[in-house]
Amino acid sequence: MLRLEKRPQPSAAWGWATPVLAVGLTMIAGGILFAALGKDPFAAIKMIFWDPLFSPQFAAFSRPQLLVKAGPLILIAVGLAIGFRAGIWNIGAEGQYIIGAICGAAVALAFFPAPGWYIFPLMVIAGAFGGWAWAMIPAILKTRFNTNEILVSLLLVYVAEKILAAMATGRMRNPDGAGFPGSRNIAQYPAASNLEIIAGTGMHWGVVAAFIAVIFAYVMLHRHMLGYHVQLAGQAPRAARFAGVAPSRLVVLCLGFSGALAGLAGLFEVAGPARMISIDFNVGYGFTAIIVAFLGRLHPVGIVLAGLLMALTYIGGEIAQFMLGLPAASIQVFQGMLLFFLLALDVLSNYRVRLSRAEAA
Amino acid sequence: MTTPLLAIDGITKTYPGVVANSDVSFDIGRGEIHALLGENGAGKSTLVKAIYGLVRPDSGAMRWQGRPYAPAAPHEARAAGVAMVFQHFSLFDALDVAENVALGMDNPPPLRRLAAQIRTVSRDYGLPLDPGQLVGDLSAGQRQRVEIIRCLLQDPQLLIMDEPTSVLTPQEVEILFRTLRQLRAEGRSILYISHKLEEIRGLCDKATVLRLGKVVGRCDPRQKTARELAEMMVGTKLHQPERPAHAPGEVLLEVKALSLRSPSPFGTSLKEVSVAVHAGEILGIGGVAGNGQDELLAALSGELRAPPGAVSVRGESVGHMGPNVRRALGLLCAPEERLGHAAAPEMSLTENALLTGAWRQKLVNRGFIDWTRARGFAEAVIRRFDVRTPGPHVVARALSGGNLQKFVIGREILQRPEVLVVNQPTWGVDAAAAAAIRQALMDLAEGGAAVVVISQDLDELLEIADSFAALNAGRLTAKRPVRGLTLDQVGLMLGGADEAGDAAA
Repeated sequence: MLRLEKRPQPSAAWGWATPVLAVGLTMIAGGILFAALGKDPFAAIKMIFWDPLFSPQFAAFSRPQLLVKAGPLILIAVGLAIGFRAGIWNIGAEGQYIIGAICGAAVALAFFPAPGWYIFPLMVIAGAFGGWAWAMIPAILKTRFNTNEILVSLLLVYVAEKILAAMATGRMRNPDGAGFPGSRNIAQYPAASNLEIIAGTGMHWGVVAAFIAVIFAYVMLHRHMLGYHVQLAGQAPRAARFAGVAPSRLVVLCLGFSGALAGLAGLFEVAGPARMISIDFNVGYGFTAIIVAFLGRLHPVGIVLAGLLMALTYIGGEIAQFMLGLPAASIQVFQGMLLFFLLALDVLSNYRVRLSRAEAA
Repeated sequence: MTTPLLAIDGITKTYPGVVANSDVSFDIGRGEIHALLGENGAGKSTLVKAIYGLVRPDSGAMRWQGRPYAPAAPHEARAAGVAMVFQHFSLFDALDVAENVALGMDNPPPLRRLAAQIRTVSRDYGLPLDPGQLVGDLSAGQRQRVEIIRCLLQDPQLLIMDEPTSVLTPQEVEILFRTLRQLRAEGRSILYISHKLEEIRGLCDKATVLRLGKVVGRCDPRQKTARELAEMMVGTKLHQPERPAHAPGEVLLEVKALSLRSPSPFGTSLKEVSVAVHAGEILGIGGVAGNGQDELLAALSGELRAPPGAVSVRGESVGHMGPNVRRALGLLCAPEERLGHAAAPEMSLTENALLTGAWRQKLVNRGFIDWTRARGFAEAVIRRFDVRTPGPHVVARALSGGNLQKFVIGREILQRPEVLVVNQPTWGVDAAAAAAIRQALMDLAEGGAAVVVISQDLDELLEIADSFAALNAGRLTAKRPVRGLTLDQVGLMLGGADEAGDAAA
């Protein structure tokens, strides 16, 4: 019989080992899944994890994509991780991402086609504000009426998607676009575009912002009293109140911070890689970032690694899609399995597995 | 010789880094109240868990009525006839007594029949309890009765009781002892774990003393003095707290007409609590658990806010202020619940030192944490209060209850408080650690601080306090000097009769 025995201390070694093990198990289970779909599992796994970086056929295009995709994931995940550590579950980053993008794009479209150095910074502020404001809805509802932030933030994603569709086909529709849905191409509007800073690397301002956020979060969590209070509130809410932490202030702070970062990610995306507000502008970064946050152990440095890995599965998944004809959903299943294995294996860092016989020892 | 009910032979259990039990052997006879004595960390809990099927020993064997006995799970132990009343109750506040009893049974009968059975057992054993009452409304003593009755319904041959009297009033203790003696008369056996040596001497027939996992003594506790028992347990001579007489100084803490609604539906609201504590004074606040102790501590620590003037430190109104402002003014607190309230279980001792020490010990500089200083402070607490732990990097939950309590109290005392409020400072702490904590509290008062000790242990309060007041249903009686106070008067005060005490004085 298998028995779980609680460890006196959480194991640090397993804390590092479980993400690696989870990736390994995901490859195996994913391989089985691909084989069941009638595809060569080894080719598919190689295509997802290896080809985007090293294949002579794809690497030139897909390597820069790594940063393009990892940037928003890391930016959102860092914000989420701080909230998760405090036990504040913002599941609606996708919605904050959309609203941030809409607000940022609105600034750009309002100034179009005027030049001006101040337009892009204004967009950044508007993007962050949009995400922050959207996150304030669950925050205020939670602190005032004790609603569940998981539900409220998640459901607001669907509201945001409706607003996005309304904008793409209504107020923000390109007047010169022959009636097609979608806004003007912001990436082609020089004062507002978020282009590569160094050509061929995929490095744009969103990636810069992500790395700044990572450093900021690291310092805050490990060196600053605020980070200590965040963790205290997550682990022992009563002890946190005893230490003088005001729970509602923390809710507002954590939701606001993660919302603002998600909004920023949306803004950088709409002004750069996505180029414009369109009906299907959002591709699920806000949800995938939840996986990234957990895969990275809610640790800023871990999140960078996890973000790069998830970006890889996105890119590799696309390659596998058109090379092997894998359905798009199978890649999402693949990403979901990663989170599943990770959470399941997490038991090992707090418990040790013991084999025991039924009779007396 | 007759076969003992339970024979324990050479039980050994090791955890990584600790030998919890090493070759422990003893017998429990039929109709015997057997005391298991030992300091915290002596291995009593592990041993009891082995008997109850919660822990599997590495080696050694047990025989139950002569037959091999190795329960793999508590339900097997219960099936054999072993029942256990835990130190921490596992009851649901929002359910009634009968529902709670049913939840703990392997095959509960229909609720109505169960309620009838509860009434019968509670009458037969003199444990008054109404099966329809909500557990949230019960006192600690009544809650314990729920647990005991749950056990008795299974008709056990051996009843294990872990620190049963730590939460009871003297009257409730009497009732409990009468029940236990009745059980003994019926031929049932009881394994009784307690730190209260006087009780063991009055109740138990045999005692086995554990120290560091080994059996270090067996005796008939009725033939020994409490001091001899304590010294067997600790292995050295005990240091008795001492307290020279002194004159009280200025008022450091004043509570004026403090009324506060409890945020919890099962809490007790404070009603017009007023008291003043002087420099050098130890005020003992007695009362049965659930009479507003937690709320009073929260109102003093700043976790619950009150009107400004309701609480003042050195004449400065702090009733509306948060915990850290109060700490800056010198009002420090140590709550009862060590894990989760006074300390964060998953955090290291260094991080826990920061929990209350951040500002007063200057462990934080413009919001940035000075980890070196924090570690230094944690090490100072560990050293000064003899906290047994490998170091400040260890997480709080890895410490035994007594050691963590020493750390929590030490953390506040080392910050040189003007006013220190502690709730249940020695609850579940072994004799040596309890003496050390009491001595530290007295030294603090000696140094000119005002100390408030909230406790359910009357002996403790009467031993160290200068003045005494009682909490009853959220009201605090007027305080009275301890010197000259009789136990009868204390009993009346606990019952909420303020005037009766005055008349007797």
